[in-house]
Amino acid sequence: MALNNRLKHVAGKDVGEVIVYALSTCQWCKKTKELLKSLKIEYDYIDVDLLSKTEEHELHELFKHMNVDMNFPVIVVNDKDVIVGFQEDKIRKLSK
Amino acid sequence: MKKDKEAEKLYKQLETVAKYKNCYLNPDKEFVMGIAQGLLVNQKKYGYMSCPCRLASGDGKRDLDIICPCAYMLPDVKDFGMCYCALYVSKDVIGGRIKVHSIPERRPNSKKKLS
Repeated sequence: MALNNRLKHVAGKDVGEVIVYALSTCQWCKKTKELLKSLKIEYDYIDVDLLSKTEEHELHELFKHMNVDMNFPVIVVNDKDVIVGFQEDKIRKLSK
Repeated sequence: MKKDKEAEKLYKQLETVAKYKNCYLNPDKEFVMGIAQGLLVNQKKYGYMSCPCRLASGDGKRDLDIICPCAYMLPDVKDFGMCYCALYVSKDVIGGRIKVHSIPERRPNSKKKLS
């Protein structure tokens, strides 16, 4: 998948596969990334607004398949659990 | 440095909008300055200040409802105490009765870029 090439990695503690779909301009997305970093959780992220049209379409298909709306940030954990929006409590639970 | 100056100028404009719309700017200035930077990025990219917390289509007509202040701002401030970005807030947030948080999206999916 071309999207995989756009993943940016942030090193930390392995709590499973954590992928953050974000917008580079969004403060809630920024807070999400900062919280994960402060919790020292290993994660990958994609800034969706910086993707090409083809990549964006690919993401849309992926989200449709997962029944997830294009609202950001979206955190996908181990390809199954989804956290939409900056939900501090749920993000903190990831480190436990 | 130029970016900061632009954002500071926009901050003052946002304050005026808040006053005109009978609401307030989020008291967390750093957070608001981040939103202002996002609005400026979108202004340069799309030619209009689309909401930095939403994915714009680049088509001004289609994005009309998400040009800041967006069409959902007033109902969100009324119902949740803040807009989707938490840029504009209610008196209850200023008074500490409501904590700033991420709220659900009110914009219909049909209006989004790819639907």
